[in-house]
Amino acid sequence: MRFVLALLAALLLAGPVLAVQPDEVLKDQALEKRARDISAGLRCLVCQNQSIDDSDAQLAKDLRLLVRERLVAGDTDAQVRDFLVQRYGEFVLLKPAFRGHTLLLWLTPALVLVLGGIGAYAALRRRPRPAAALDAQEQQALEDLLKRDQGA
Amino acid sequence: MLVEAGHFALALALGLSLIQFVVPLWGARANDPVLMAVAPAGALAVLACIAFSFLALTLAYVSSDFSVLNVVQNSHSAKPLIYKISGVWGNHEGSMLLWVLILALFGAVVAVARNTIPMRLQANTLAVQALITIAFLLFILTTSNPFTRVIPAAPEGQDLNPLLQDPGLAIHPPLLYIGYVGFSISFAFACAALIDGRIDAVWARIVRPWTLGAWAFLTLGIAMGSYWAYYELGWGGWWFWDPVENASLMPWLAGTALLHSTVVMEKRDALKVWTILLAILTFSLSLLGTFLVRSGVLTSVHSFAVDPERGTFILGILILFIGGSLALFAWRAPMLRQGGLFAPVSREGALVLNNLFLATACATVFIGTLYPLALEVLAAEKISVGAPFFNFTFLPLIVPLLLLLPLGQTLAWKRGNFLGTAQRLYAVFGVSLLATVALLALRHGGPVAAPLGIGLGVYLVLGSLNEILTRSWSRGTPLSVAWRKARGLPRSAWGTAIAHAGVGLTVIGIAATAWGVETIGSLRVGERLGAGEYEVRLERVIPRVEANYREDAAILTVFGAGRELGTIETMKRLYVTRGMPTTEAGILTTGLGQIYASIGEVQADGSIGMRLYHKPLVLLIWIGALVMAAGGALSLTDRRLRIGAPARARTAPPAAVPAE
Repeated sequence: MRFVLALLAALLLAGPVLAVQPDEVLKDQALEKRARDISAGLRCLVCQNQSIDDSDAQLAKDLRLLVRERLVAGDTDAQVRDFLVQRYGEFVLLKPAFRGHTLLLWLTPALVLVLGGIGAYAALRRRPRPAAALDAQEQQALEDLLKRDQGA
Repeated sequence: MLVEAGHFALALALGLSLIQFVVPLWGARANDPVLMAVAPAGALAVLACIAFSFLALTLAYVSSDFSVLNVVQNSHSAKPLIYKISGVWGNHEGSMLLWVLILALFGAVVAVARNTIPMRLQANTLAVQALITIAFLLFILTTSNPFTRVIPAAPEGQDLNPLLQDPGLAIHPPLLYIGYVGFSISFAFACAALIDGRIDAVWARIVRPWTLGAWAFLTLGIAMGSYWAYYELGWGGWWFWDPVENASLMPWLAGTALLHSTVVMEKRDALKVWTILLAILTFSLSLLGTFLVRSGVLTSVHSFAVDPERGTFILGILILFIGGSLALFAWRAPMLRQGGLFAPVSREGALVLNNLFLATACATVFIGTLYPLALEVLAAEKISVGAPFFNFTFLPLIVPLLLLLPLGQTLAWKRGNFLGTAQRLYAVFGVSLLATVALLALRHGGPVAAPLGIGLGVYLVLGSLNEILTRSWSRGTPLSVAWRKARGLPRSAWGTAIAHAGVGLTVIGIAATAWGVETIGSLRVGERLGAGEYEVRLERVIPRVEANYREDAAILTVFGAGRELGTIETMKRLYVTRGMPTTEAGILTTGLGQIYASIGEVQADGSIGMRLYHKPLVLLIWIGALVMAAGGALSLTDRRLRIGAPARARTAPPAAVPAE
């Protein structure tokens, strides 16, 4: 916590630095694109719900440079993410990993959809069904009536 | 003096609300029309008091009365008049006052509409409404009093947060609150129906316009907030899945579901229990949104624990209303009789599916927003749930819903024929498929998401128009007859078609963002920077000093296909009083797309950093939302919604009086 506060203080004194700056951009376009994609999924730890790609904070800039450094060094995307998780904890991932303590988070949408669907279907089944289609005799009677109507 | 009067009026409103709560409830129980008649009178009196109180605070702001703490903290004498006024609700205390003002306003409108609502229902509804007013007035008076004085008075104010000094954000909170608070009426009607143990299609017809109105305002409010974030925050995004945004999206999703289930209830007398539950849930989510935004719990669980008074109070309100209404629901709902049978493949069935998807989407946003908080409190583990999670889970829920939308809209009530319905949409399928393929071929090698999404949007727009077309025209009908038929369709049919077409427009706008181009670069005066087919040239950088800020403005000329399209300015501002810097984007609109430039830092070599975007069709995102709200508004003017409930004759018929 003290670490975060110190960072915050440094940040306020330094003033804002804007999101991705021209001097950060890598020459290699493919590598830069990967860097941007990874950055969009990493949280700026001192901001409120901002990715490091969007954030103006100094820490975000440092992390952006770090991501690019690792990529240039030849890391895969997953290796870069793992490196940052090791350093800053799972908090840094904006899309949490699918693990024991995030099970409920990840499964809720599917559970609600399936259970809700079953519930709705059961409620529908429980009720008496609407009358079935007309049988042959009724159909005949109906046609007779219609014919008589048109004849008149 | 006026300030104290405003404070007193608020206390008076609390007393009057107590009367408005107790007397009509008792009157409805005892079936006493005199006691029930207290409800509308009470609602009007409460509105008068709260409106006076709000006016008093506004006047304190306009006259820069720096003996009022709230004015000192959020205003400045050099601020333009419009921001002095919007400053009233640009802070915690004032925004809560606006909240109860709108609550009272809605109560008063229910009170005035006395000829269209059965008396018992009105009395019970206004009583529930009064209870909500009581809770929030108590909250304001005990924890968030906007009328606190400072002695001695401050010589100058501390100014309003510069990000809030913007016309967009001046009207954003009122729109949003009208939406949030509007759902309190649906909630109050639902509770009233449960108290009375009676609910039918008439109830649905009375409640629907309220839900529709609240929904339209919430739609506008969310769109407004999104556009504000887009041009003010400076990096061109328009939705961030921020908890504060999610707080308004949840009631919107639930409210959209409610809107559709109420249709089933009104037309077919079915889904009663579910509709009541949804009405309760929708307002509960509005309350939750207020709690999330107002308690500070979002910034961090710790900030909530440091200043627990307000947060605990709203949490109490939350538990009282959600718990109380759900208990009432559990007790009374089994008594409600189900009506209106329907087969699974039918308009009703489609609307059930609509509700299932919307409810699941709402649950997804709910769990994603609250899970990190819960995990931190319960397991002391910190995780983040951000945009990547929501995009990943939300899209698979919304796309099937959108694919089914035109089909559901075309299905017959009671028992539909799926194949027959699909046949009526052949042309729509064909054209949208053709559009998708054509776009894929035209933009070969580009992102696939854009053509697919645009195809979906086109399908939605055409599907909605097709509904109007097939209802008014068949092969061989002369055009003049078809036109007359189309004009004769109920306004709610047009409203539905227009609102659904709006959804399609928004989808097209969102899909086209995949085609956006972003360039990050730096340039000196006279140099050019390009994004896609567009280019800007930096003309000059001029410093300016205004009343409450100073800025450096970069003037850019925009070129497209070698032609000069116009000039834009992007500024870096410093608001002097708070020492807070902001960035103002420069935006040039070309058709439905925009060129968006945002000034950055001065680089080591003296050039100026610049982010340049070309965003094709981006305006459709918000135009779609406007069209949705317009569809809702048109539907509100439907003749059917103006027909009143059968009113009891004012005097007993003379024949019934025995002669003496």
